[in-house]
Amino acid sequence: MKAGFIIAAIFLSYTSFALQIRVGRQESCTTITAAIAKANNGDTVLVEPGIYFEKNLVVNKSIVLKGLNYPVIDAEKKFENISVRANNVVIDGFKLQHTGVSSIVDFAAIKLYNCSRVTVINNIIEDAFFGIYSQYSNTCLIKHNTLHAIAATEQQSGNGIHCWKSDSMQIIANSITGHRDGIYFEFVTNSVIWRNQSSGNLRYGLHFMFSNDDAYISNIFENNGAGVAVMFSKGVKMFSNYFKENWGDAAYGILLKEINDSYIRGNHFERNTSAIYAEGANRILMQRNIFRNNGWAFKIQASCTDVVLEENNFIGNTFDVATNGSLVLNRFNNNYWDKYEGYDLNRDKTGDVPYRPVSMYSMITERNPPAIILFHSLIVSLMDRSEKIIPSLTPENLKDEHPLMKPLPL
Amino acid sequence: MKKILKYVVIDILRNKIVLAYTIFLLILSFSIFNLEDSSSKGILSLLNIVLIVVPMVSVLFASIYVYNSAEFLELLLSQPLRRKTIWLSVFSGLLISMVISFVAGVGIPVLLYEFSVTGFTLIISGILLTIIFIALAMLVAVKVRDKARGIGAVILLWLYFSILFDGLVLFLLFQFEDYPLEKPMVAITALNPIDLSRIMVLLKMDISAMMGYTGAVFRNFFGNATGMCISLLVLLLWIILPIWISVRMFNRKDV
Repeated sequence: MKAGFIIAAIFLSYTSFALQIRVGRQESCTTITAAIAKANNGDTVLVEPGIYFEKNLVVNKSIVLKGLNYPVIDAEKKFENISVRANNVVIDGFKLQHTGVSSIVDFAAIKLYNCSRVTVINNIIEDAFFGIYSQYSNTCLIKHNTLHAIAATEQQSGNGIHCWKSDSMQIIANSITGHRDGIYFEFVTNSVIWRNQSSGNLRYGLHFMFSNDDAYISNIFENNGAGVAVMFSKGVKMFSNYFKENWGDAAYGILLKEINDSYIRGNHFERNTSAIYAEGANRILMQRNIFRNNGWAFKIQASCTDVVLEENNFIGNTFDVATNGSLVLNRFNNNYWDKYEGYDLNRDKTGDVPYRPVSMYSMITERNPPAIILFHSLIVSLMDRSEKIIPSLTPENLKDEHPLMKPLPL
Repeated sequence: MKKILKYVVIDILRNKIVLAYTIFLLILSFSIFNLEDSSSKGILSLLNIVLIVVPMVSVLFASIYVYNSAEFLELLLSQPLRRKTIWLSVFSGLLISMVISFVAGVGIPVLLYEFSVTGFTLIISGILLTIIFIALAMLVAVKVRDKARGIGAVILLWLYFSILFDGLVLFLLFQFEDYPLEKPMVAITALNPIDLSRIMVLLKMDISAMMGYTGAVFRNFFGNATGMCISLLVLLLWIILPIWISVRMFNRKDV
């Protein structure tokens, strides 16, 4: 009872001290800039529907900026829509459009400058240069935003959600299309990217550099110009993501370049030209992923060490594994390969003869891409057969000692 | 012409070899579709059969048939008939009966299990390959009088189109590794009807491996309607040219 009174008292005191300032045509404040000038820390600015030309709206107080029924803030292709320069700001429910485009300044629809605990939620961002941009910020939440740009060239467009030198960010349930990179991380640590959908972007769905100890979970990356790139990072966790329809010679489901000590589990790779391309990747554990209908399921360069693939399903891929050298410092074990032709005499559900996932022809096309034109011809099947009996071109040690007879129920 | 055609078709259809060929194809296609877990994989296995077996059987059967009916041809030539008519009716007779057995053996299972554009492409390319290799066989038969040498030549021809040509292409690819060969490759495939039909079917199957840069070049050419028309035209040319040359040779031949 007593506790209830205290809570009620605290609640009442809050409501009585925090002011609500309304912005609209009939209200005392007709511009958001004026309302922010009037507001104190902790106040709420409610913006009524309409279109606002605020030039560059600067939020320099810890306020809640809330749009009612998506008021539009238009930057007239010259400015940044909203610049946040204070902590504990909430920006909720706006439609931001026509951000300025510049090759000197990175204009963004919402840009966070050195702030912490900022929440950007439920916004619609259209035709922006950069969408949501965070620099030197930490502990921010970016959630339920929809970003859509009509990018024509990589030079004329920015990234959807761009984080630079930030920490403890949460990027949750955003939808990003038509930007240069859907989500871009550079020097971002201890952050999570969860349940986002990044599709139809010019370059990468997710671009990840020098960012350690981050996790991305249950995202969908579909039909991006070059898929997803994860580079020069360590301690990256990738769980239950979907990588689909990334087509092109340099398009990858995931490009792993100089990645160390990471964990890739439960992801789906479907219909990509190359599902995973690994170069200089070390100490990576890949478990329970599904590779289905890809051109190349796994391209692993000889520069990788201690990459372990266990309990993955490889189904309907044109080539299961391709590599460029004979040195193998990686391990394949207990995977299911639909091309496996061995037998299981002792009925322990693993095949009795090892499976070699690198076919001779995948080595040939690795060296000479136009040779793909002979794919599925008689001579190629003959060569593959003879290679299987006496390996000469394919690395002898690249094999799965205990391939599964049946696919794993993933 | 109608009468000769009717006679030839009935003669061939009564032949046990064609019946056996039909049943063989039928059993093969049904078992492939039942064994493979997805029908698109079945199409892939069937493609290999179509590309190897169909040309071989067509070319061998047609040449043997023409050699064996040499006396019948002589008899016809003594009648007041045009040589062109005789030759073309033998060709059409062979064509009709072989196409019927191919459609019965492969076409029906494909339509039952995989009623799609890929399936249709496979059937059409199989039909065209049948006709092309009959035309080639007739060209050899008119050129080489001796039966044993003729059949040897025909086997060599089949070997060339199914294996040797691809080997040569692979050799060329590695010899000219440093040059961009994607576009010349498109032209080179036109020189082999088996390669051309294989690529037509594979591109319809949407295999992601073909989507790389090379794949994109091929797709740009073969994937759209113009490319499809051009490749069909090239395949038709592969029928018309041999048969036209063989008609000319048959006209001048001293039987």
